[in-house]
Amino acid sequence: MRKLALNDEILMQVEKPARYIGNEVNAVMKDKNQVDIRFAMCFPDVYEIGMSHLGIQIIYDMLNQFEDVWCERVYSPWVDLDQIMRKENIPLFALESQDPIRNFDFLGITIQYEMCYTNILQVLDLSGIPLLSKDRRDDDPIVIGGGPCTYNPEPICDFFDLFYIGEAETRYRELLDLYKECRAQKLGRKEFLKRAAYIPGMYVPSLYEVAYKEDGTIKERIPLIDDLPMTIVKEMVTDVSHTYYPEKPVVPFIKVTQDRVVLEIQRGCIRGCRFCQAGQLYRPVRERSLEMLKDYAVKMLENTGHEEISLSSLSSSDYSELSELLDFLIAKCGEKKINISLPSLRIDAFSLDVMNKVQDVKKSSLTFAPEAGSQRLRNVINKGLTEEIILSGAHLAFEGGWSRVKLYFMLGLPMETEEDIRGIAELCNKIAAEFYETVPKEKRTGRVQIVASTSFFIPKPFTPFQWAPQCTKEEFLEKAYLTRTAIASQLNQKSIKYNWHEADVSVLEGIFARGDRRLNQVILKAYQKGCIYDAWSEYYKNDVWLQTFKECGIDISFYTTRERADDEIFPWDFLDCGVTKQFLLREWHNAQKEVVTPNCRMQCNACGAARFKTGVCLEKREEQLS
Amino acid sequence: MKVRIKFSKYGALRFIGHLDVMRYFQKAIRRAGIDIAYSEGFSPHQIMSFASPLSVGHTSEGEYFDIEVNTFTGEDDMQQRLQAVMVEGIDILKVKLLSEGEGNAMASVTAASYLVSFRDENILPAGWQDELLKFYNQPSIPVIKETKKGEKEIDLKESIYDLQICPGILHKGQERAAQTEIYLLLNASSGGNIKPAFVLETFFKTIDFELPPFAMLVHRLDTFRNLGTEEERKLVPLIWEK
Repeated sequence: MRKLALNDEILMQVEKPARYIGNEVNAVMKDKNQVDIRFAMCFPDVYEIGMSHLGIQIIYDMLNQFEDVWCERVYSPWVDLDQIMRKENIPLFALESQDPIRNFDFLGITIQYEMCYTNILQVLDLSGIPLLSKDRRDDDPIVIGGGPCTYNPEPICDFFDLFYIGEAETRYRELLDLYKECRAQKLGRKEFLKRAAYIPGMYVPSLYEVAYKEDGTIKERIPLIDDLPMTIVKEMVTDVSHTYYPEKPVVPFIKVTQDRVVLEIQRGCIRGCRFCQAGQLYRPVRERSLEMLKDYAVKMLENTGHEEISLSSLSSSDYSELSELLDFLIAKCGEKKINISLPSLRIDAFSLDVMNKVQDVKKSSLTFAPEAGSQRLRNVINKGLTEEIILSGAHLAFEGGWSRVKLYFMLGLPMETEEDIRGIAELCNKIAAEFYETVPKEKRTGRVQIVASTSFFIPKPFTPFQWAPQCTKEEFLEKAYLTRTAIASQLNQKSIKYNWHEADVSVLEGIFARGDRRLNQVILKAYQKGCIYDAWSEYYKNDVWLQTFKECGIDISFYTTRERADDEIFPWDFLDCGVTKQFLLREWHNAQKEVVTPNCRMQCNACGAARFKTGVCLEKREEQLS
Repeated sequence: MKVRIKFSKYGALRFIGHLDVMRYFQKAIRRAGIDIAYSEGFSPHQIMSFASPLSVGHTSEGEYFDIEVNTFTGEDDMQQRLQAVMVEGIDILKVKLLSEGEGNAMASVTAASYLVSFRDENILPAGWQDELLKFYNQPSIPVIKETKKGEKEIDLKESIYDLQICPGILHKGQERAAQTEIYLLLNASSGGNIKPAFVLETFFKTIDFELPPFAMLVHRLDTFRNLGTEEERKLVPLIWEK
């Protein structure tokens, strides 16, 4: 019988004790005396969010396939337990063994969004691991970071011993073997990190220094050892059909955000929207084979008992064997009453037909993401969706019985004018009008429901918009106000509902996204003042953050609204995500000229990812075929 | 065909609430490959009915639910298949094919038996055991019970079918046996369910002792239906072999 780390009194006091007891279906138990390496895999947010993340499930499965490794999970304790643990000095523990994290060999932290940075410090702090890498001793775990935010790791580089840049499937075995070798020779943590820095994809921030120019931008990076790699190329799986993928994902007891089998059908995206970081980071697009997906779908459903399966990818409609895969799933799932969920599908005759087959007769709502209100601005951001496509999709959908439409837009995009913003309102109005034209009065059961949501655009590293100035909070709010008034002046305004994001947190996210090493001290200080769970609006303390920036003598506008020169050295330039800076710059200039770039299937745009010699880069293109 | 399943709940699983236990079994039935029947309609769901919800924190060796199946592979086979997909903390104790026309688990429940012990018995006032028996042996125990509709005065005595004080024994999932256990047989019908903690909190109030939070450990022994009449009860467990 496992002994729980928390006693009954505590578990009965906290909200959802199931977050902390482990023991879920498919959780991996091993004999700790039979393994060489204890690895704690962390998602620094609450259990229900962390358990919904596919990447952790992949790594958990992979590491536990290694006989000498036991990988366990750990998440941020919710604020109620956080307080109790601090008061009673209870060390943070892993869910499976319930053993303290500080006794582990590795603490791996996936960093999916900037607003979890203070939660990284919470996890370290509650574990009793020194917050700064330089203060850690040989018996502290090696703290290793991964995930999309590590494509600019500099704002949090003081807290990590090591970053793994790219996809985890490729280099962990090598890294763990090096660790065992160093431990056998009693070489200590410093020597291990020094050697790890030569494994492809590994970045050891303490081995580099950064020099700044007078204007605050970067002058150069200085390696502290002569032959250290100056550029770190991302790691990537070349054959995604023959690699690690969990056949038995962990099934939580409590309802989590992603409470279903997740089948990742492909990685990467052919589209190249200029605001989208994922679309650049995971190039080239690589599809998993139909055989693999069929096999895993069946096994994962059998092993979890989930009642729903979801296809995951950046743009599912671009998966070349989608129709075959869906036929298979519809046949398999129909007999077992399993739902199929299809996010990120382009709305057209095919997808509407599929949705009709797989979804309840109670028609769910349809989602379009035009991202910008006018064709001109959609050309700027390279979003291929035209008004004609949206309206014809909506027309088909209304004919098919749908009457709810969700639309996603961004405010604050580069080169945006008031006209573009009014375009958002006009597009919503046209869709509403399309409904009334398409559906005769006697067939209507009520008004069409259009929900328009806007988020604020935040320039991200490794996108063509990494050079773009970000809006101020005041500009953001003004744009949201303008959108609201424009919608209110439409003929069909009663059918349109408008939601917008908070602006404060978007500003902070923007600072971190393109931040440099000087932000480490700010994050540390804000944490010490009590900032955690910044991604949760009820816990986000904007005034504390602003005060902390002031105290640290940091000018926010340097990171957000500043115009960046074409030749500026960015804090993340030492990383190579496959796409060249030259290509990104060309795309930035194309954006300014409102020139659209064709997608990867139509034409190769020489982004640089072809050197990986895989995926779409090896496919015959339409131009060559014709 | 209707099948009744009896299970236990112990260890870490006592922190999983009733709704999550239902979700757990929906998935477990799929993993076990049981040919369960689904409801008709737009969003079909498994036909499943739970007897009596167990409070978070309590352990049990007498939980039940019924399912409707299209094909039945035998009681032993189903028990083994379900047990094979359980996690530590829930065991499938019995499976029984119900005869035609038997009422569902939820509606049949009349009573439940419990063992209540204390995390630390030393905090209790001396002589509490004699006082408890005195409390129980009163001809009536008027109390205010909070219901969904507001407060209501009831006679608690009518809902306590038995009360005994016995030495503790070791139950599955426990680290050590308690000194003393209180055996309670209580009304568990949908209209008059009485929680064991409520009985003991009421008692301790009468002797002016305030029980600290989380002081009690509650273990459900079994859940019963009534084969007799209202006046003359004949209580048998929900799965009962004559």
